[in-house]
Amino acid sequence: MNDILIKILKIIGIVVISPLVGGFLSGLDRKISARLQGRKGPSILQPFYDVRKLLQKEQIRVNSAYRFYVYLSLLFIIFTVVLIIMGGDLLLAIFVLTIGSLMFVLGGYASSSPYSNIGSERELLQMMAYEPCVLLVAIGLYYQSGSFFVKDIIAQDKPAIIYLPAIFLAFVYILTFKLRKSPFDLSMSHHGHQEIVKGITTEFSGEDLAIIEITHWYETIMALSFVYIFVAFSSPISHLYAVLACFAAFILEIIIDNACARVTWKTALSSAWGVTFFFGAANLIVLSLLSKF
Amino acid sequence: MNYIQKSPWILHYDGSSCNGCDIEVLACLTPIYDVERFGIINTGNPKHADILLITGAVNEQNINVVKQLYDQMPNPKMVVAIGICACSGGIFSECYNVIGGVDKAIPVDVYVPGCAARPESIISGVVKALGLLEEKIAKKAS
Repeated sequence: MNDILIKILKIIGIVVISPLVGGFLSGLDRKISARLQGRKGPSILQPFYDVRKLLQKEQIRVNSAYRFYVYLSLLFIIFTVVLIIMGGDLLLAIFVLTIGSLMFVLGGYASSSPYSNIGSERELLQMMAYEPCVLLVAIGLYYQSGSFFVKDIIAQDKPAIIYLPAIFLAFVYILTFKLRKSPFDLSMSHHGHQEIVKGITTEFSGEDLAIIEITHWYETIMALSFVYIFVAFSSPISHLYAVLACFAAFILEIIIDNACARVTWKTALSSAWGVTFFFGAANLIVLSLLSKF
Repeated sequence: MNYIQKSPWILHYDGSSCNGCDIEVLACLTPIYDVERFGIINTGNPKHADILLITGAVNEQNINVVKQLYDQMPNPKMVVAIGICACSGGIFSECYNVIGGVDKAIPVDVYVPGCAARPESIISGVVKALGLLEEKIAKKAS
């Protein structure tokens, strides 16, 4: 009985705290980006101000269906975050994550504006680009640890990154898609606020836009939790290192974001697949050769 | 409490301006003035925007566009006319196709005169609009 109660409390904690951390990271992102561009930048709490404002605004609805998908997307992403942080099945988490991202794409299509249609198509292309790598991460982690469960993977004697350095690099490459950073911010960028680069959100206003923003906060936490899984192992101090690694990965992404221009979808797709298959295959082959001796 | 004050998102529309005021509006985003430190973002979408900045006079061609942009913005919203052309038509007011200032098409809350309006006065106009918005909301509530 007590076990269940603790679990429920843990889940509530994750659902409440992860968007707060995600929003804070998003504020930090804007601050660091501004400093890199020689500006002062907004307050670190700016994303929270934005969401609070959006929740108060009037909503303009183009039809009754398209908002529904955004809320579903949020639900699925929350489920993914809870699943990963509670130490659940990584493979299940990845598939639920895909459904969550698909719901967002459907929301874009359902709002039936030419801009949001282009945005949705770009989002689909991005999913095509990063999905193989995310799957490969799960396969690699399973191959190395013998389990798809996060709690087993981070309870090993050595961190997974020692065995899967190339897959980790490929994942960092893919992280740029997931965090919506340049050069791979084709469907929804943080910095461009014009037409196509905000395409998928064209018809969303007020509360719906706030929900999209909150979903992105959860997504940030979810994406960084993969980095965590790679670094954490049985020793307690390693969890501190894992958090630091997540933070370092995030800062690296911000710097890449500010240093790169947006690429075309063809470059994004081919480079992501190239990196995934080269690093992924090389890592798995080396790992299988090593395990023979 | 007016939450827009902390994150006013702007939509910028060029009526029939000579681009002088437009350049000054965009100059507000550069490192020297950096309006993003107040949470101001230049959106490209009326459905995301809180404040409509219009430069240039309204003419027969764009009056419907201006009206539509205004209608597509979710409430509460404010309109700031930037530059003398947007305020009254300026030197173009005598032209055969020019109707006049922006207030001929939609209700304007703040007029920022100047040719071209300085970035400082544009920022001041936006801040004034935010103050007026507070009054508007308070009036509605009482």
